[in-house]
Amino acid sequence: MARREVVVETRNLSMHFGGVRAVDNVDFELREKELRCLIGPNGAGKSTFFKCLTGQLRPTSGDVVIQDIIMTGRESHEIAGLGVGIKTQVPNLFDGLTAVENLWLSSRRWHGDRRANTLVKETIDRLELGEIRSSIVGSLAHGQRQMVELGMVVAAEPWLVLLDEPAAGMTDEETFKTAELVREINKTSALIVVEHDMNFIRAISDIVTLFHQGSIFMEDKMDVISADPQAREIYLGHKT
Amino acid sequence: MRLYGTFNGTLVIAGLAIIFTLIAPSVFQFFTIITLTQVIGLSILALSLALVWGFGGILCFGQSAFFGIGAYAYSVAAVNIGGSTGSIFIAILAAAIFAAILGYFIFYGKVSDVYLAVITLTVSLILYSLMRRTSGPEYKIGKALLGGFNGTGSPPLNMPGDGSAMLFPMQTFYVSMAILIIAYVFTGWLVTTKFGRVCVSIRENEVRTELLGYDTRLYKLCLFSISSGIAGLGGVLFCVGVTRVTPDVFSLGQSALAIIWVIVGGRMTLIGPILATFVLYFLTSSLGSQQIFNANLVLGIILVVFVLIVPNGVVPTIMNWFERRRAKRYARQKERRMKLRKHRAIG
Ligand SMILES: Nc1ncnc2c1ncn2[C@@H]1O[C@H](COP(=O)(O)OP(=O)(O)OP(=O)(O)O)[C@@H](O)[C@H]1O
Ligand SMILES: [Mg+2]
Repeated sequence: MARREVVVETRNLSMHFGGVRAVDNVDFELREKELRCLIGPNGAGKSTFFKCLTGQLRPTSGDVVIQDIIMTGRESHEIAGLGVGIKTQVPNLFDGLTAVENLWLSSRRWHGDRRANTLVKETIDRLELGEIRSSIVGSLAHGQRQMVELGMVVAAEPWLVLLDEPAAGMTDEETFKTAELVREINKTSALIVVEHDMNFIRAISDIVTLFHQGSIFMEDKMDVISADPQAREIYLGHKT
Repeated sequence: MRLYGTFNGTLVIAGLAIIFTLIAPSVFQFFTIITLTQVIGLSILALSLALVWGFGGILCFGQSAFFGIGAYAYSVAAVNIGGSTGSIFIAILAAAIFAAILGYFIFYGKVSDVYLAVITLTVSLILYSLMRRTSGPEYKIGKALLGGFNGTGSPPLNMPGDGSAMLFPMQTFYVSMAILIIAYVFTGWLVTTKFGRVCVSIRENEVRTELLGYDTRLYKLCLFSISSGIAGLGGVLFCVGVTRVTPDVFSLGQSALAIIWVIVGGRMTLIGPILATFVLYFLTSSLGSQQIFNANLVLGIILVVFVLIVPNGVVPTIMNWFERRRAKRYARQKERRMKLRKHRAIG
């Protein structure tokens, strides 16, 4: 089978905060339509790595390459502007606006007025957000807010999706729904998903990248990683 | 906070404003009509601040800088050109371009919001002391003397294309109201466009807007310039109403007043600040004519009361009240329908 094209690549990527090597010399590759999970104990550097990809942090050294363009140190809007859908670890919504408006703002960046409206409607049906469509998102429960954030990603139809802990704080049912959604997004887009929830990862993943102390410790199928004693210790030695 | 009103609401209010314009001459004294022109200018200043601060979340403490630039640019241009129509556009452009240059350094330099407030205020105060120093015959732009703290004369409006056909006070009032209504409808339309909605999203969460792929700096810069252009337009009507412009347009007091109008009227609406300007202007000027209360003291008390008791401003508070009543009525109706259905099901 011919290997698909690499769409995201990091070369010797490092991000240091003073003496803390949050990300240390990471070489990473994601191919077209791939779904990759990043796991690792708290403080392993997953979110920092994620922020370097999305332009929220300027890496200390090394490069981020997206679709053969060097994007190191570019502004977030330039990276998102390539057609990348982003959900950060901390909830990041327009708290004072309605759920529909949140989705529309995301969709409208990529689509004309009419198409954006259609996409928003479709997304609301697909994610079953009908009940809360006109609610101010600041007043919603945590799980619902997460759903709205996922909806924002879906409604934009990005070709690359970056999700930092999409299932955090969700009920089992919501987590299940999210896993299903992620798989569906994966039919048309490549994804990088940072997650802690093992069931969630098992439900969606193909290849998993295990971070440890800022570096990639292992990269393999989930069963292989869970069978590896060292990886188990890194991962299960900590809570989660 | 929700977005109040729709564009239809804006048009309804514009319609009411037209009715007001038509009946005002038969209700008010002639003197009041003359005064109204400057108040209309001030209300456009409030409108511009409501746009940039209320909708864009950019707290511009020195909005009067652009107001004053508009007033001076109009006066100088009108004296030199000998006509008001082109001068109005020059004034709007002067304010907008000045804001674009200043805004470029602020937004692209990633200056934080607090500093933006300080910088704009400082710019306004710098212009204040600069203009105060321009007394003497050497401070002249073309035919127009700047005149230091006495300021310079502002020619009245005239018929488009005929500099010698001055408008009468009543005509000037009609034109001013027309300009206010156009500015209001334009602003009301702007906030419903994609541009306006993205600006609101920047107010809500700039990082998120950026992560959606919008260049927030560019949006903020455009909004800042547009609102400054509108402030400049307000400056034009103000100086036409007063018949002269002095450095006081740049003073701390002028900047503070604009903020008070917006807070009292409600910064999430456009009509609120406009109405607040009219009400507070006539309130303070009627207080000014008596000796018991100090007008500024009263204004200060009003501000404190509003910040503590009606922090959203008058118009949003009233609209919320109506909204809640409607929601309650709707809920009651629904309940009644349900009961009825149950009855039928049983019967
Ligand atoms: N802005 C910052 N300044 C200083 N240190 C930071 C900063 N951001 C992260 N760190 C440090 O970098 C390391 C990696 O943090 P990061 O948030 O990337 O971990 P993570 O893998 O996402 O953890 P979690 O699973 O808890 O989200 C931690 O030691 C953290 O304290
Ligand atoms: Mg993290």
